[in-house]
Amino acid sequence: MLQDLHAWYGESHILHGMTFSLQRGEVVALLGRNGSGRTTTLRAIMGLIDRREGIIRIGGKDVLHLPPHLVARLGVGYCPEERGIFASLSCEENLLLPPQQSSGGMPLEEIYSLLPNLAERRQTPGTRLSGGEQQMLAIARILRTGARLLLLDEISEGLAPVIVDRLFDLIIELKSRGYTILLVEQNKYFAGPLADRFLVVEHGDVTIQLTASELAAKAELVDRTLGV
Amino acid sequence: MFDIPLQVLLGQITIGLVNGCFYAILSLGLALIFGLLNVINFAHGALYMLGAFGVYLAMQKLGVNYWWSLLLVPVVVGAFGALVERLLLRRLIGLDHLYGLLFTFGLALVLEGIFRDIYGSAGLPYPTPPALRGLVDLGFMRMPIYRVWIVGASLVVCFATWFLIERTRLGSYLRAGTENAKMVQALGINVPLMVTFVYALGAALAAFAGVLAAPIYQVQPLMGSNILIVTFAVVVIGGLGSTAGAIATGLALGVIEGLSKVFYPEVSSTIVFIVMALVLLVRPAGLFGREA
Repeated sequence: MLQDLHAWYGESHILHGMTFSLQRGEVVALLGRNGSGRTTTLRAIMGLIDRREGIIRIGGKDVLHLPPHLVARLGVGYCPEERGIFASLSCEENLLLPPQQSSGGMPLEEIYSLLPNLAERRQTPGTRLSGGEQQMLAIARILRTGARLLLLDEISEGLAPVIVDRLFDLIIELKSRGYTILLVEQNKYFAGPLADRFLVVEHGDVTIQLTASELAAKAELVDRTLGV
Repeated sequence: MFDIPLQVLLGQITIGLVNGCFYAILSLGLALIFGLLNVINFAHGALYMLGAFGVYLAMQKLGVNYWWSLLLVPVVVGAFGALVERLLLRRLIGLDHLYGLLFTFGLALVLEGIFRDIYGSAGLPYPTPPALRGLVDLGFMRMPIYRVWIVGASLVVCFATWFLIERTRLGSYLRAGTENAKMVQALGINVPLMVTFVYALGAALAAFAGVLAAPIYQVQPLMGSNILIVTFAVVVIGGLGSTAGAIATGLALGVIEGLSKVFYPEVSSTIVFIVMALVLLVRPAGLFGREA
């Protein structure tokens, strides 16, 4: 849950009183233009931004002053826009990097059966993987830890349609397993059928909140806001 | 070239190898610290000096023998490194790299100043431990046992460090942290603790080299400054990003330096820097470095 969250990069004030909350097991998409503050919201939740004010609570615990690794240990998995795959580590080392936070993480075999091409490329250095494989890996490695809240930033961006379809199926699968997911998406067609709720972000604040059933009716308004 | 006796040639190669071992151990620590902390650790030579004084003082004041010192001095200097990181260096995180460099440079001056004040600049002798005195016949030449010991012990420590970094879970954290520490922390790893550990490990490695060096070099406050400059050149030549590369570069440069003393002694004190200039012309990221 976020309440009146403000965040700054240096002198620039990016988040202006961001307020929203997620229910357990819910998939929520943050829609908005580039620079509207969606990525900053995820980074602020993770504690990756130094200057923040307001309230961030996860499972009732105030996390605003926790360092990133302690936020992660509350069961938060973060997949950044640039994916954060480590070049000097093999595919499997990348996958095994995050320590297990709690029981109930996905076992390695299950990850490999869900994403068989990662199994084939275990020993490949991280950055020799294709963009799609890197994206799969970035999501897979936070599943193993037992994280139940996933923060996924632009996971469909820049990938071939066939890969995007597979990611879509993966998120559907995760949703059915009860993960709570906060998606940052540019692609309305990707997020549309996935999310239970949509938050339109403008200038560091949520300006429109819609449920899945309202999205179709308000499509025009959303499109105008997003400038598509 | 053929009028040089084989004994002289081999002698210089072994001396070079011994120096190369010190370069390798020191440059490993420097590269580790730079990788994770982004600090050019100018105090590294002073930590090496602390190792040598540690073994000297442990013998003089406490009667601790060489073998116990070899184990304990790196632990004590490592703990000192951990304290320095926790209490002082940590405060500079987020500032320009220059502050880390200035701080460690200042720390080196303070440490060297303290020891110079108490013990003077003249070298203090440390006896070779009895078990390692004498010569060993290697078949093709006779060599002081202590030098063979330095090379052997250094290679074991270098291999252990390589194994830790390249083959263990902790090592994968370190490698990942070198690339993107924030991301590693966001995945739930206690990066601040890891930073302390790495600085302590670098300090302990430097102290280990200092203990090994005590019986062959004089123990004196400025011994670290002298070797540190060459070690920086070794790190630049090897390039950051390869543990095995750092070790190989250290050893190779020690041998090259040794050979230069045979063939053209005038150049022996600058040869490392000539090699550095040549390598930088051809490969700006160093021999084993990853291009940015």
